[in-house]
Amino acid sequence: MHSDRAPFGLKIAAIAGLAFMHLPLLLIFVYAFTTEDKSYQWPPPGLTLEWFAVTWAREDVWEALSLSVKVASISTVIALILGTLCAAAISRTRFFGREAVSLMVILPIALPGIITGISLRSAFNLADIPFSFWTIVLGHATFCVVVVYNNAVARFRRVSGSLVEASMDLGANSFQTFRHVILPNIATALLAGGMLAFALSFDEVIVTTFTAGQQQTLPIWMLEELVRPRQRPVTNVVAMIVVMVTFLPILGAYYLTRGTDSVAGQGK
Amino acid sequence: MTVAVKFSGVSRHFGKVRAVDNVDLDIAEGEFFAMLGPSGSGKTTCLRLIAGFERPTAGTIEVFGQNMGDVPPYKREINTVFQDYALFPHLNVIDNVAYGLMIAGQSKSVRQKAADDALEMVALGGYGLRKPSELSGGQRQRVALARAIINKPKVLLLDEPLGALDLKLREQMQEELKVLQKQLGITFVFVTHDQGEALSMADRVAVFNEGGIAQIATPHELYLHPQTPFVADFVGSSNVLPAPFVKKIVGASYPASLRPEAIQISSQGHAGVVRSVNFLGSATRLSVQLDAVTLTVLCPLSDSVPNIGETIYLSWESADMHVMEGVNV
Repeated sequence: MHSDRAPFGLKIAAIAGLAFMHLPLLLIFVYAFTTEDKSYQWPPPGLTLEWFAVTWAREDVWEALSLSVKVASISTVIALILGTLCAAAISRTRFFGREAVSLMVILPIALPGIITGISLRSAFNLADIPFSFWTIVLGHATFCVVVVYNNAVARFRRVSGSLVEASMDLGANSFQTFRHVILPNIATALLAGGMLAFALSFDEVIVTTFTAGQQQTLPIWMLEELVRPRQRPVTNVVAMIVVMVTFLPILGAYYLTRGTDSVAGQGK
Repeated sequence: MTVAVKFSGVSRHFGKVRAVDNVDLDIAEGEFFAMLGPSGSGKTTCLRLIAGFERPTAGTIEVFGQNMGDVPPYKREINTVFQDYALFPHLNVIDNVAYGLMIAGQSKSVRQKAADDALEMVALGGYGLRKPSELSGGQRQRVALARAIINKPKVLLLDEPLGALDLKLREQMQEELKVLQKQLGITFVFVTHDQGEALSMADRVAVFNEGGIAQIATPHELYLHPQTPFVADFVGSSNVLPAPFVKKIVGASYPASLRPEAIQISSQGHAGVVRSVNFLGSATRLSVQLDAVTLTVLCPLSDSVPNIGETIYLSWESADMHVMEGVNV
């Protein structure tokens, strides 16, 4: 008889696989509470909360954190605007080279970050643009746009074209149609795309190393900390924060795009 | 007579496809006008030209004397009932119906009142707070109608609005649309591929074929005096008699149309062999072969039905045979 229950061996394998992916994360969390600050010693000789206070007092942590938040926010805003416009153009109109443009928009996320990074760095050098906050933002925007575009284009395809015509027919100009018909129908897709873009930007290292000047985003600050051991558990406290800051938006994006499989405005 | 919509030499070409080709058309104010034709005949493109979703490649369109050349859809006093209804899925029924008034900047109370009245008119009072996804096909159709008439358009366009409904509901809506049109006095332009629908509802019908208009006439005229073989065949599946056959009878070398119900089975006349017999309920439809011509004959329920393969004699009044003299052979 065929059974719906998975075989015992498969269950063990699945649990082992998940544990392999997630237990190391727990290890990082535990080290955030250790009393040993020179090396990672297992089991921790004692537990303490003092590193949270130490981290709170460290100027460099705050600088890196605020830089990362600013970069991620601005990249996300740029991605939302450009990604939505691009998705609208690709899904609403037909023009010569449409498929090619669509592919070229998606390409940056398929390319290894190191190639994006090197090419941007050479381009900035060639154009004599000094490395700054804005060069980091530009670097991040290249892949953030893709995430927003992918979410928006899927939703645009599901919003029936006659909705736009119906709105125009009832007296709404393009702006009013966008505001009252298109935006409400693509809002959750944009929110989901924006959150993913924010999370991607927030923990990006490779492109950032090539496009940043003297500034340190949070992930880069963490890399530096690892090679210069000083108050090691501070890194772990920060790591916990990064995990939480990136995990929440991804969870949110997951819930927002669930159960939206039906095509808007196509029911009869 | 005031002309509501006027087409002068209007064409709309998509690349090499002539969707609409050199169409002249006058639709009178307050008229219930049907555009009838098979799919791809250009009738829907004509409707979209009036709404402004398409721009003519050549020619001019006037609505109540005003040239529509540079007028975008949202500035035309024309509203459309879309084939797929195009209700806004994120808005409830009230907000869907009141959308036009909201855009026009009317206050919430005015909108609410007008939307309630419009819903009452289409017999959907009390459904205001539902979402379109919670309505049946017929109810959505009524919401789309209420949404289109709330702005009091000068012309109402209906793009196969009854196509998605079942037969019973369709017949009911046909009645209601006619009543509504008389009540509102708005010019209705109705696109359909269903000749029965066009004949029963419209004041005048334009029959479209391959991007042009084959004939514009009242339903009665269209049924009794089709001007081309296409119209005769498409409007009520008339028999089209080829020119050589007609020449033998009346001497003129033109094709002619002959309604199936005008043909009697009698003891003498044109001999033919019965090829098929289909029972329709109110009558039996026979397919009878006379040499090179195959005629469709309706045999009333009271008559005895011949068998397949039997030779029978057909006769008809020569006045029922309509010779299409305008057609080149």
